[in-house]
Amino acid sequence: MSITHTEMPVRATRQQSAMFYRVNRVLLRALLYLTIAGGSLIVLIPFVWMVSASLKELNQIFIYPPVWIPNPVRWENYREALTTSLHPFIPRYFANTLYVAIFSVIGEAASCSLVGFGFARLKFPGRRFLFLLVLSTLAIPYYVVMIPQFALFRSLGWLNTFLPLIIPRFFATNGFYIFLFRQFFLRISPELFDAARIDGNSTWGIYARIVLPLSAPVFATVCILGFTFHWNDFLAPLLYLSRSYLHTVSIGLALFRGLQGVQWNHLMAASTVVMLPTMLLFFFFQRVFIQGTVITGVKG
Amino acid sequence: MKMTMARREAVEGYIAISPWILGFILFTGGPILASIAISFSEWNFIEPAKFAGIANYTALFNDPLVWQALKVTTLYTIAAVPLGIVFGFWLAILLNQKIALLAVWRTIFYLPALVSGVAVATVWIWVLQPDFGVLNSLLREIGIEGPNWLFSQTWVIPSLVLMSLWGVGGGLIIYLSGLQGIPTEIFEAAQIDGANAVQRLFAITIPMMTPILFLQLVTGLIGAFQVFTSAYIMTKGGPGNASLFYVLYIYRNAFEYFDMGYAAALSWLLTLVIIATTLLVFWSARFWVYYDVDIKDF
Repeated sequence: MSITHTEMPVRATRQQSAMFYRVNRVLLRALLYLTIAGGSLIVLIPFVWMVSASLKELNQIFIYPPVWIPNPVRWENYREALTTSLHPFIPRYFANTLYVAIFSVIGEAASCSLVGFGFARLKFPGRRFLFLLVLSTLAIPYYVVMIPQFALFRSLGWLNTFLPLIIPRFFATNGFYIFLFRQFFLRISPELFDAARIDGNSTWGIYARIVLPLSAPVFATVCILGFTFHWNDFLAPLLYLSRSYLHTVSIGLALFRGLQGVQWNHLMAASTVVMLPTMLLFFFFQRVFIQGTVITGVKG
Repeated sequence: MKMTMARREAVEGYIAISPWILGFILFTGGPILASIAISFSEWNFIEPAKFAGIANYTALFNDPLVWQALKVTTLYTIAAVPLGIVFGFWLAILLNQKIALLAVWRTIFYLPALVSGVAVATVWIWVLQPDFGVLNSLLREIGIEGPNWLFSQTWVIPSLVLMSLWGVGGGLIIYLSGLQGIPTEIFEAAQIDGANAVQRLFAITIPMMTPILFLQLVTGLIGAFQVFTSAYIMTKGGPGNASLFYVLYIYRNAFEYFDMGYAAALSWLLTLVIIATTLLVFWSARFWVYYDVDIKDF
């Protein structure tokens, strides 16, 4: 310890205060862990409550005090929820949602990365103004463009197709993702670009051979954010996919709840299955996702 | 003719951003102009649109449901956004104390951000169920008879705020990396000067984090004004319009009553509210956001 002017002059007091300090510290640590554990318990309770209800018999659901561990465990709820005769298309909903989410993410990653590269690394007149325009679109509520977009897609005959959900994604319509890519590309060393230029690479060669291979973290961030959004999206499928064979999981789940005679244990089983894919995606790519978020989100 | 380097780069720049230019014209800028035109007309999607002058806008000021929707949305925003920032930031500070199993805690708190939407709404209907839901069951354990939550005009907005606070971990990754980005020299210097933990929090941590808090505030406000799925699924705007969120009212006018002109006018009022709020926050930034804090200044 190099701090001298705060130390106690008398030896005994110093020992006492050191002990007091240590006890205090242990207490504080205990309180800290207690708060964090308590907080995570609060976050987990709805999940546990959902999974628990999804494995119960119906008569165990409506009792007080609540039963946390189902007895007997009723796995059939899952099979019944997913293949119910009330609502026969559920496996198809998963395929539809996966299709929309994957193609939307491909479109967003491809178009927004190219646009972000242009804003970060190429000089052209109006660049600053156009980038401000990109950012200002973030403050425009979707509900302003909802009606004209709907009219546009209707006149193109795109209602009840996946096109209104996917095609706009290939035109860099998400300004936030453009921003993330730009921030990331700005941090790649300019010398790397000059060296690649001297080696005879064209601008597009630099984008494909230098920028893309270095950018796994920001792609992971955009892909996970995008996939989570499209997987959970409710409004766009509600507007454009009214035929039952086109429904996504969020529409399916909403309709499932509205049906007469739906049981809570089946509903909770269906909710659990709908939540799984995005959680698994996050678990597998967590490290690189966090890396991308940290680099783009904090250090402008 | 051979292009100069700068000219060539400019052309390539426009090519690179061309997807956005096209997308902006087709899906944002064009629709914005169309939306202005629609807001001055009477249109039900079936018959041709008729010019209506400012009729939609005058109707808007005489519609009690508009005021109800604005009230509900504003109350929700005022409660959910600041509380969300306070809890989210506090959580990040706790997790930044050289804690064991950080990755595990961080994953748990991030989970709600991964599952937003209909599934979450469904589970929360069940959590908030007055007789058999887990919340009231736990409250009963400690001798409190919980309210009817989503079925009560008084409690429906607090219910939805509660549900949004469940997801405060969504900002955790950003907050944590911001906290780790504060140079440790500043803390060491403050400690030598005798600043205690609370003083360090208010004199160093919070000022250094204000740019991130500012960004969270702006995005949080813009998001809170546009709550749709939970209202549509959980309450349908009820009971008695007590949770009639503004965008739910826009959706109803457009796709349930097919009054496109009125819905467009409604959406422009919302845009004005959002832009005014955003500008106000940007203006306020000069009083509380510290940019480019240089370590040499300390």
